[in-house]
Amino acid sequence: MKKLLLGNAAAARGLFEAGCSFVSSYPGTPSTEITEEAAKFPEVYAEWAPNEKCALEAALGASIAGARALCAMKHVGLNVAADPLYTAAYTGVNGGLVIAVADDPGMHSSQNEQDSRHHAIASKVPMVEPSDSAECRDFMKLAFELSERFDTPVLFRTCTRVAHSQSLVELHDRQEQPLKEYVKNPRKYVMAPGNAIPQHVVVEERTEKLRAYGEDCPFNRVEMGDTQWGVITSGISYQYVKEALPNVSVLKLGLVNPLPEQLIRDFAAKVQKLAVVEELDPVIETHLATLGIHVDLGKKELGLLGEFSQNRIRAAFGCPLPESRKLDEALPVRPPVLCPGCPHRGLFHVLHKLKVTVSGDIGCYTLGASAPLSAMDSTICMGASIGVMHGFEKVRPEAAKKTVAVIGDSTFMHSGMTGLVNLVYNQGVGVVLILDNSITGMTGHQQNPLTGMTLKEQPTAQLSAEKIAEACGVKRVRVVDPQDLKATEAAIKEELAADEPSVIVVRRPCALLKWVKHKPAFHIDPDKCRSCKACMQIGCPAIVFDGKAAIDPTLCVGCGLCQQLCKFGAIAE
Amino acid sequence: METKSIMIVGVGGQGTLLASRLIGNALISTGADVKLSEVHGMSQRGGSVVTYVKYGDTVHSPLIDLGEADYILSFEALEAGRFLPYLKKGGTIITNTQHILPMPVITGQMAYPENVLDELKAKANVIAVDALSLAEQAGSPKAVNVVLTGVLSKAMDLPEEVWQQSLETTVPPKFLELNKKAFRLGRES
Repeated sequence: MKKLLLGNAAAARGLFEAGCSFVSSYPGTPSTEITEEAAKFPEVYAEWAPNEKCALEAALGASIAGARALCAMKHVGLNVAADPLYTAAYTGVNGGLVIAVADDPGMHSSQNEQDSRHHAIASKVPMVEPSDSAECRDFMKLAFELSERFDTPVLFRTCTRVAHSQSLVELHDRQEQPLKEYVKNPRKYVMAPGNAIPQHVVVEERTEKLRAYGEDCPFNRVEMGDTQWGVITSGISYQYVKEALPNVSVLKLGLVNPLPEQLIRDFAAKVQKLAVVEELDPVIETHLATLGIHVDLGKKELGLLGEFSQNRIRAAFGCPLPESRKLDEALPVRPPVLCPGCPHRGLFHVLHKLKVTVSGDIGCYTLGASAPLSAMDSTICMGASIGVMHGFEKVRPEAAKKTVAVIGDSTFMHSGMTGLVNLVYNQGVGVVLILDNSITGMTGHQQNPLTGMTLKEQPTAQLSAEKIAEACGVKRVRVVDPQDLKATEAAIKEELAADEPSVIVVRRPCALLKWVKHKPAFHIDPDKCRSCKACMQIGCPAIVFDGKAAIDPTLCVGCGLCQQLCKFGAIAE
Repeated sequence: METKSIMIVGVGGQGTLLASRLIGNALISTGADVKLSEVHGMSQRGGSVVTYVKYGDTVHSPLIDLGEADYILSFEALEAGRFLPYLKKGGTIITNTQHILPMPVITGQMAYPENVLDELKAKANVIAVDALSLAEQAGSPKAVNVVLTGVLSKAMDLPEEVWQQSLETTVPPKFLELNKKAFRLGRES
């Protein structure tokens, strides 16, 4: 039976069919649905870990114990998981271990555009790269076989356009994998120098064996066509090449680390001109340079930035582009905004009003940086807000009374806690605002250790942000409701004035959660509205202005935040 | 069969994903190769969103590039204007007449282009429908996506029962009758 599946769902189908029985991940766009879909199979144990490092360590533990295991993450998550990855490369596996990593060229939902292939090269771990949903399923199954055959973790790389595109997949049955025998083996699993030194030899030998395997393996294939141009490509770029240049010869690389040598030499010898088409960094092209193979068209013509597309390839090869027209006038942009009723809106309105320096973090609340709230000074990576605030204040002590860190509940659990420990231990005085909206929001509502539910929707221990803060040594810990603007403002002012670290848990559930009840839409009495635009300062998409302010009843969820801002009593339930 | 491209554009939260899945599920029952592409994450939060549907004998790229869309199905008037450059020569824009104000308009930095549909009509084939009214008539303003899919269905050469089947497999049973009505109102508009 053929089914239309998202690349991520096809990857989940692949791990299911491969008999994988353990999945541990941290959500991250565009990788999240691999784990969500895997969790739907009763045969697969699946969990959300607090971060990618914990997740990969758990998956490695399951592999050592003899199960086939998977860990999924977005590209920046692999930085967090890099520590266990680079040493798992030395230990190898018992049950097959696959690490799925989704890159985001074009940065649809990311803070950078890094190319995960560099991690594969640096960690000396093989990497496979599918180009559509059918290959996501096939390559996932092959990746588990590869992992066990070569005793290595395997990286499975996708990008947004593979992860979040749907195409047809043939469904097969699951091949159950009995738990492999576990034998205590410190030489393999205790990576102290005495064992790691000989293991490094094994790793280098393995890479050469994998390179030889890549010369003739099911991941790599040659599609000979017109020999005027030969294109070496991989992943989603293959699809763009086939669309833009249907007649050229193609060497499609599915095993992108290590890269083959003879296969490339043979292909290059058969074509008159050679092109390399790869998104982001010149990994294949650099490999060709080390082999001394001349590339006629590559990064110089195609560029390092953003996503490719069929037109970008047509343009680079000098092919005609389809005719395109546009309107004469410039149209207003439509950036993403905080949703109507979003609990972050009240907090960022207060921060904007107090003119504080805001050290930001990763989540929906990063949108607090946008106009008209404009209440964020920096956003770096998961968990960075507390550390950045700490360093900022240490060198600018006068800033301590007007600097805060904002961090979401899930981000705090991910990697904010260690920053808080640092703040307390090193005598910082900052104010940390933990934005607890009872869910991991931006990635589409995943459970986390503060929600009291597991990925499989089972009730579990619900950790407390307040108690964690207290246990980290913070004496000033309090909770506010961001919907109460006065109380929120008062709490932040008091904590800024204190000469020791404080944590304010800013708590209200995400307005999109199914269990959150909404009031009917509010409305604005046009006779009472004085057109002062005070209600417009919160950047609510439900409030529009045409001489007078008005509320769009199809968008308003009745949060009433705007009512607190109206000095003329014009806004009512 | 030559590959056909449908671009679905709108505002995050309007249900463009459901529309693409509805079309995708209708298409696979015809035996065509189908690819859908969507973007999740930050852009979903009230931003401009795009979903692609492509079908034919063999579909390679899941993306629709400038000048390639046979149809642009737009859930909002301004978004129809924004994505005009993607329309193929001779292609058709099917758009909702509804206006949803983007933040730069709400904050007063820019004006909403009130005559955007007239300008579009001067440059392309445009079918404009008040999908919000039809959705409300069907029972929910949220059914705009299914109304518009109904409008598009007239232009696609697929039998009626394929669409009914797709509605049944794509929409939760609780909302099936409402959505069937919304689809019919769109198809008969």
